[in-house]
Amino acid sequence: MREIAIRDALKEAMAEEMLRDERVFLMGEEVGAYNGAYKCSKGLLEKFGPKRVIDTPICENGFAGVGIGAAMAGLRPIVEFMTFNFSLIAIDQIINTAAKARLMSAGQLKCPIVFRGAGGAAFQLAAQHANSFEQFYAYTPGLIVVAPATAYDMKGLLKSSIRNDNPVVFFESELTYNKKGEVPEEEYLVPIGVADVKRQGSDITLISWSKNVFLTLEVAEGLVAEGYNPEVIDLRTLRPLDTETVLRSVAKTHRVLIIQEQHEIASYGAWLHHLICTKIWDELDAPVGLVSALEAPLPYAKSLETVILPSRDRCLAAAREVLLGAR
Amino acid sequence: MDQDLIADLYRSMLRIRRFEEEAARLYTERKIGGFLHLYIGEEAIAVGTMSVLEKKDFIMTGYRCHGHYLARGGSPRAGMAELLGKATGCAKGRGGSMHYYDSTLNFMGGWGIVGAQIPVAAGIAFAQNYNNTDAVAVCFLGDGAINIGPFHEGLSLAALWKLPVVYVIENNFFSMGTPLNKTAAVEDLSIRALGYPMARDTVDGHDVFAVRSALHTAVRRAREHHQPTLIEAKTYRYRGHSMADPATYRTKEEVEAWRLRDPIKVTGEKLEALGLKSLKDSIDREVEEEIQDAVRFAEESPFPDPETALDYVYI
Repeated sequence: MREIAIRDALKEAMAEEMLRDERVFLMGEEVGAYNGAYKCSKGLLEKFGPKRVIDTPICENGFAGVGIGAAMAGLRPIVEFMTFNFSLIAIDQIINTAAKARLMSAGQLKCPIVFRGAGGAAFQLAAQHANSFEQFYAYTPGLIVVAPATAYDMKGLLKSSIRNDNPVVFFESELTYNKKGEVPEEEYLVPIGVADVKRQGSDITLISWSKNVFLTLEVAEGLVAEGYNPEVIDLRTLRPLDTETVLRSVAKTHRVLIIQEQHEIASYGAWLHHLICTKIWDELDAPVGLVSALEAPLPYAKSLETVILPSRDRCLAAAREVLLGAR
Repeated sequence: MDQDLIADLYRSMLRIRRFEEEAARLYTERKIGGFLHLYIGEEAIAVGTMSVLEKKDFIMTGYRCHGHYLARGGSPRAGMAELLGKATGCAKGRGGSMHYYDSTLNFMGGWGIVGAQIPVAAGIAFAQNYNNTDAVAVCFLGDGAINIGPFHEGLSLAALWKLPVVYVIENNFFSMGTPLNKTAAVEDLSIRALGYPMARDTVDGHDVFAVRSALHTAVRRAREHHQPTLIEAKTYRYRGHSMADPATYRTKEEVEAWRLRDPIKVTGEKLEALGLKSLKDSIDREVEEEIQDAVRFAEESPFPDPETALDYVYI
């Protein structure tokens, strides 16, 4: 099968959906003439014209709001945030307007819109450009939150997100836009709300999402070298969570480690921890493990950044603790 | 001037006034929960505006939304039932006083975060350009909304992209309890339009005919030329910010001065001067019956079934 970079997988998803449905358009900072800050929309302006590929000024609340209004009036916008760090300027529109329009109007309004862009830490971006904000959106009923890792999942899930009638928040990563993966030529969709077992195993379940799935697969390889057989689950969607796949795997391995880039307090991983403990307590042979970013804004220097973020070594140590632990 | 038009404007303003007076009574009887922000005194703006709109046009507003809903043709029954949190309300009891909707009237709500509706209304207008329609969007906001970021972002985009939207600032001179001279360094609020730039107008919001005339021009500018307008309508709310506010921050004399020019009183007097007192009296009676019917309907309607608490979250 052909291999393409994640940025091209995302571009293909948008181009295919724009061809399929005239109501779909792309809006954001630098998405048009500049071809996207990370080149995810390269060539789309040329292909679809300025009516459907729209460069915005720097005003996240403004263009998120315009996208929401356009969605309420029948269009299907894709709103790109250059990174999700800047989505905080728009978070009121996403949470208070988009997510609640359907409930507050008792189903009279709908808001089919995708907010997409890069989230999380990347190349020493320092504290204000490296936030993992999945939990803010995953906390909010009315939103769908998608955080895939591979090129295949990115393309298939972005297409499903654009076709979904709910507001969708779609996380990507600066670090993996260039990463290649197998993507078939023919059209396919990946359904929202379905996790993927990226490696079958029996000794421990490793759970992750977004780009940290790649770190988690490295951790799994390290465990294999130590003689263990780990299972790796890529959540792919955070809301709605595929609870069944998570619990089935943990019930099989009886040991689980969650790997996230979020700070631990009030995080998505902490909620997963709670879910597993309350739903299948009897199946657990050891306390649930959770590796998170340490509790500090991310510093610039490489030597400090490495300490704060989950590393292969820190994850391996945590996995060994779970593997050797007992109740 | 057309007698039927004057009668219609009078009826529509009186309907809002009587609806809200009854709502205030029900609130003090604790039949209405949450916040209740009354529009009493400001009716001429909603009624004057709606009187020039067409069915295809869209309306978006903030949380002081009863008047806009009723002036647009929203059902007093469904509006009153919404206040009482009933299943028959215009948002089936999900919205309450601040979140009225009626998609059949293109009445897009009823939003509670000050100023957030401004870019969203621009988006509705954006969709009209995208789809090549000649519908326009009208967005109401209070004087308290002109200092928050989305006001700037929304107006800036509306001007940049030539969106068919009309922004109507209902300047009642108070952001909750803080007077305008402590929140903005401009006196005529529409002057804020100049920097985008955007057409602007400042009108007497107590004069329903002045509002009509200003909106007529602005709506045509939006419909025919795809250009936005910022209109300031100077008005006054006779009640506090919400039912919880005794409004001790202003004098009785100030309120009385505005009441002397009350748009319903003035329009009623105009009907009488035209020799139409009996028509006015019959409108008074019909509106009263309509409002009492709405109250009865709301009181007799069922509350939403608790089993539906999780409805309308996802499609």
